[in-house]
Amino acid sequence: MSENHPVPMPAQGLGGSLLALANPTRFLALARVLIPILSGLAVVLAAIGLYLVFAVAPEDYQQGQTVKIMYIHVPSAWIAMGGYTLMALSALGTLVWKHPLADVSQKAMAPLGAAFTLICLVTGALWGRPMWGTYWVWDARLTSVLVLFLMYCGLIALWNAIEDHSRAARAAAILTLVGFLNIPIVKFSVDWWNTLHQPASVVKMGGPSIHPSMLWPLLIMAAGFLCLFIALHLMAMRNEIWRRRVETLSLRAAREAQ
Amino acid sequence: MAMLGDHSGFIIAAYGFVAVVLSALIGSTLIDGARQKAKLAQLEARGIRRRSDQA
Repeated sequence: MSENHPVPMPAQGLGGSLLALANPTRFLALARVLIPILSGLAVVLAAIGLYLVFAVAPEDYQQGQTVKIMYIHVPSAWIAMGGYTLMALSALGTLVWKHPLADVSQKAMAPLGAAFTLICLVTGALWGRPMWGTYWVWDARLTSVLVLFLMYCGLIALWNAIEDHSRAARAAAILTLVGFLNIPIVKFSVDWWNTLHQPASVVKMGGPSIHPSMLWPLLIMAAGFLCLFIALHLMAMRNEIWRRRVETLSLRAAREAQ
Repeated sequence: MAMLGDHSGFIIAAYGFVAVVLSALIGSTLIDGARQKAKLAQLEARGIRRRSDQA
């Protein structure tokens, strides 16, 4: 998204509202309001969640206290997959609608997604060692999440390898959409193949099979993770818009100096 | 530690890792933002502004 990018024409309805946000100045104004609200919510939800996890939630009848790792492992897994899905939607925005903020959203998402996927992998390994007797097995769920992490890393490398923003955005969008094939594999790997990993117990047909005394702390921790993730994504998008403005103004300064 | 059972080391390591990664993520995002904002302010102080701001 360059500074010379045309500002979208006003349009009616929800589509019009979304297009209006495509104006970086309007986006920055909205981000200025939303970032403190989401950051505050993340802190409050994390504090309540941690209290419930360590003072209220019971230990699991099979896993004992190690079930406490679930409260950080599962939300990070949801964010890792949700982040990639949002990045794929942004990729569509880049390729199909040439949305001015879509490539900024894509670029800002990759490091965040990589970080949450890394948290998912490491906390999973630390949970697996006492429960399964091993940190790692090459089964479908663990391997597909590792592939997700490598996809995020590849996208970060691609963004840094191509200097021109528009070309980088198109290349990253194509790679992102190809990599999106991995998301249903991650989700359904526990159903399609025999794995050490347990099947879904919250997001599944027929509703959650987890007891409310554990479900509520999990949902509150997940809400805290989500608020933090959205706040960080907005901040990273704002930083990228500023970075591109700096580049544009620096070029203008160099031209004027000649 | 005793309240976390026999595997307390794994639980502490997991929560510690999350704290370190999220702190690094928040810190690097804030530092990057402050850096870009300072560069923009520096350019604007030299009188170099966006066309839309000049209009």
